[in-house]
Amino acid sequence: MIRTIDEVEQRLREQRYIGDRALATSIFLALKLQKPLFIEGEAGVGKTEAAKVMADVLGARLIRLQCYEGIDLAHAVYEWNYPRQLLHIRLMGEGEDRRTAEREIFSSEFLLRRPLLDAIDNDDAIAPVLLIDEIDRSDEEFEAFLLELLSDFQVSIPEIGTIKAKQVPFVVITSNRTREVHDALKRRCLYHWIDYPDLDKEVEIVRARAPEAADGLAREVAALVQGLRGMELYKVPGVAETLDWARSLAALGATRIDTGLVAATMGAALKYQEDLERVRGEVPALVEKARGA
Amino acid sequence: MRSRRWSRKQEVPDPVDLLPRLGAFARLLHDAGVEAGPRRLTDATRALGYIDLAQQNDFRSALRSVFVGRKEDIPIFEAAFDIFWAPPDPRVTAGMIPGRSRSLPLSPERAKAWAAALGMNRSAMDREQETRDYAASSSGYSADELLRQKDFDEMTWQETEQVRRLLAETPWRVAERRTRRLRPARSGRIDLRRSARHAIRSSGELMRLFHRRPRVRRRPVVLICDVSGSMERYSRLLMIFAHAIARREDLEAFVFSTRLTRITRLLRQRDLDLALDRVSKGVHDFSGGTRIGDALGEFNRRWARRVLGHGAIVIIVSDGWDRGDPEHLTAELKHLRRSAHRLIWLNPLLGSEGYQPLTRGMAAALPHCDDFLAAHNVQALEDLGRLLASLDSRRTRP
Repeated sequence: MIRTIDEVEQRLREQRYIGDRALATSIFLALKLQKPLFIEGEAGVGKTEAAKVMADVLGARLIRLQCYEGIDLAHAVYEWNYPRQLLHIRLMGEGEDRRTAEREIFSSEFLLRRPLLDAIDNDDAIAPVLLIDEIDRSDEEFEAFLLELLSDFQVSIPEIGTIKAKQVPFVVITSNRTREVHDALKRRCLYHWIDYPDLDKEVEIVRARAPEAADGLAREVAALVQGLRGMELYKVPGVAETLDWARSLAALGATRIDTGLVAATMGAALKYQEDLERVRGEVPALVEKARGA
Repeated sequence: MRSRRWSRKQEVPDPVDLLPRLGAFARLLHDAGVEAGPRRLTDATRALGYIDLAQQNDFRSALRSVFVGRKEDIPIFEAAFDIFWAPPDPRVTAGMIPGRSRSLPLSPERAKAWAAALGMNRSAMDREQETRDYAASSSGYSADELLRQKDFDEMTWQETEQVRRLLAETPWRVAERRTRRLRPARSGRIDLRRSARHAIRSSGELMRLFHRRPRVRRRPVVLICDVSGSMERYSRLLMIFAHAIARREDLEAFVFSTRLTRITRLLRQRDLDLALDRVSKGVHDFSGGTRIGDALGEFNRRWARRVLGHGAIVIIVSDGWDRGDPEHLTAELKHLRRSAHRLIWLNPLLGSEGYQPLTRGMAAALPHCDDFLAAHNVQALEDLGRLLASLDSRRTRP
C-alpha cells in the first residue's frame, strides 16, 4: 500500500525508472482517486514504460491492450467461442439435451476473455495494471465504449449480465497525439504530459537503463541527443533512441564518442533520410559540444 | 528529493477557505478556455485531501493533473496558478476578471497580469460584443450568379456578406476513405461471427450467411492558408471559407505569414464574427512577409504526424510570392506530399487573365502538387468543392 508521493518516487527509482516529482504525484493521485491516468508525450519518452514499471511497483499483473484502427469489442473485451459452441450444440441429440446445451453454451466456459474483461473480472490478489496503449490509434467508436467502461468499471454481456470489477484496476492510457482524443474521455482521467528530460536526468536514465555504457559514454550520448533535439528535424529522437544509441556504442566497445563512431551509428537515433542528411554535416560540431558537456 | 516549500512570502493555503478559492481558480481556468467543470473541481478537492498542502510543487502538480487535459493548456494553467496562488494581496477582492461581469477575488494588478498572460489587452476585452445586423439581401438567382463570378479582390463589404451566406449554404462534402472498421452489409466478406451466432439460435445449422464491409468515413481536410501582405485582399474571404467548411467537416486549419499558427480551435466558434475575431486576436502576423518553405517545414515537423492520419487532403492557399529559398520550399513540399493523400494548391491569382505561375515559389511548387486551382471567386471555391467530393478512395496519382 502506497501512502505518500515520496514512496511512489522511491519505488519507481528502485525499478530503475527515473521520472520526476510531478509524474510521481499524478501516479499517486490516480491510485488514491482510483482514476485512470492519461499520459501524453512525444514518442519514446517512457509512457508505456511507466505503466510496466507500475505493475512491478504494485506487484500486480500487467494487462496490455494495444490499440489500432478498427479495434472493436470482440478484440478488446470478449467474444463467444463460436466454433466450440457450434460443436457442443451439434454433439447433443434432439429434445431435452439440446435445450440444456443451448443454455450451457452461453456460460463463461465458452467465453473468450480479452484484455478489458480480464482487467475487470479476475481473481488476482492485487488489482492488475491495465495499459491501454496508443489510444490515438483507435477510433471514436472505441473511445465512446471506453468512456463507459472507465466510469463504472463494468461491462455488460447480454447473455450473462453485468460484470462489475471487484477491485478497480490501475489504468494507464497512453497517447502519442497523432490525433486529439475526445475531451469526454480525458475528463474521466488524470492527465500527465511527459516532456523530454534535461541533460542530467537523461544521463541518469541512461545509467539506470543501459548500465553497460561507461559513465563518460552515457553522458556524451545524452548530451549528443540533447543537441539533436535543438535541431530542426522531422523526427526528434526520444529517450528510447538515446538508450538504443548508448547500447549500440557500448556493444562496439566504445567508452567515449568520436566523429567516426557517431556518423556510423546515427541510425540508432535518426529515422528519416532527410534528418540523417541534415545532421551529417554537423557531426563534428555536435560531437565536440557533447564531449565538453 | 525536491521538496520546495512555498516561498516565505507565500502562505500555505488554509484548508478552511481552500474550497471557495479552488472554485474561483476553476472559474479563472474556465474563462481562459480550459475545461474546469464540476467533475474536475470535485476531483481537485478529493486530490488535495491526499497531498501535503505545504509542498507547493505537489499542490501545483496535483491541480495540474486534474485540470489540464491537453498539452496546449499547460502554459495557461501555469500562468493561472502563478497569478492566482501568488502571495496574498492587501487590495484583494475588488477586482474583476477581464471580459466577465462576474467578480473574482483578483486584484486589479492580478487581473492585468492575467490578461497579459492570455495575450489580450484590456480595451479589447472590455469592449462589448457588437451586435451586427445585416439586412438579409433579397438578391435573386442571377444576382447570385454574378456574385459567384466576381473576383474577391473587387468586392464591397456588403458583397462579402452575401458571399458568406452563399458559402454557408454550400453543402461541402469531402470524399470518403475506407476505414478498418467493418459494418454489417448485404454483400461483401462473410461475417463469421454473426453467421455462427445465428446458427446457434437455429440449433447449430448454418441457415444463413451474413456479410460485412469496411465502413467509410470522410477524409480529414487540412487547410494551410497564406495570410501575408500580398494575400491580404483575400484573407478575410478565405477565413469565411475555412469557417464554412469547419462547421461541416473534420477540418484542421493553419495560417502563416512569417510563422505558422494553428487556428482549428478558433474556428470552432459557431458564430462567424466571433470566430473571425478570435482568429485575428490569436494570429499575430497577419499581413507580414511570406516564407512558405519555413511555414511548411514547421507544419511537417510539428503537426504532420498529428493531423495527417487517416488519409488527409491537404489544401495550401497561397499566391506563391515567397521570399525564402525555392529549394527549401521544394524539399518541404515533397515531404508533405508523401504524407498527404492529396495535395491541392489554391492560388487566387490563377483566376486573373493571363496569369502564369512564374513566381519562383510557384514554379518550384507546381511539380509537387496534385492539383493547382484558382480561388478568386465563389465559383472557383465551388469547383474545389466538387473536386473534394470526387476524390476516389484510392490514390489516383500518376
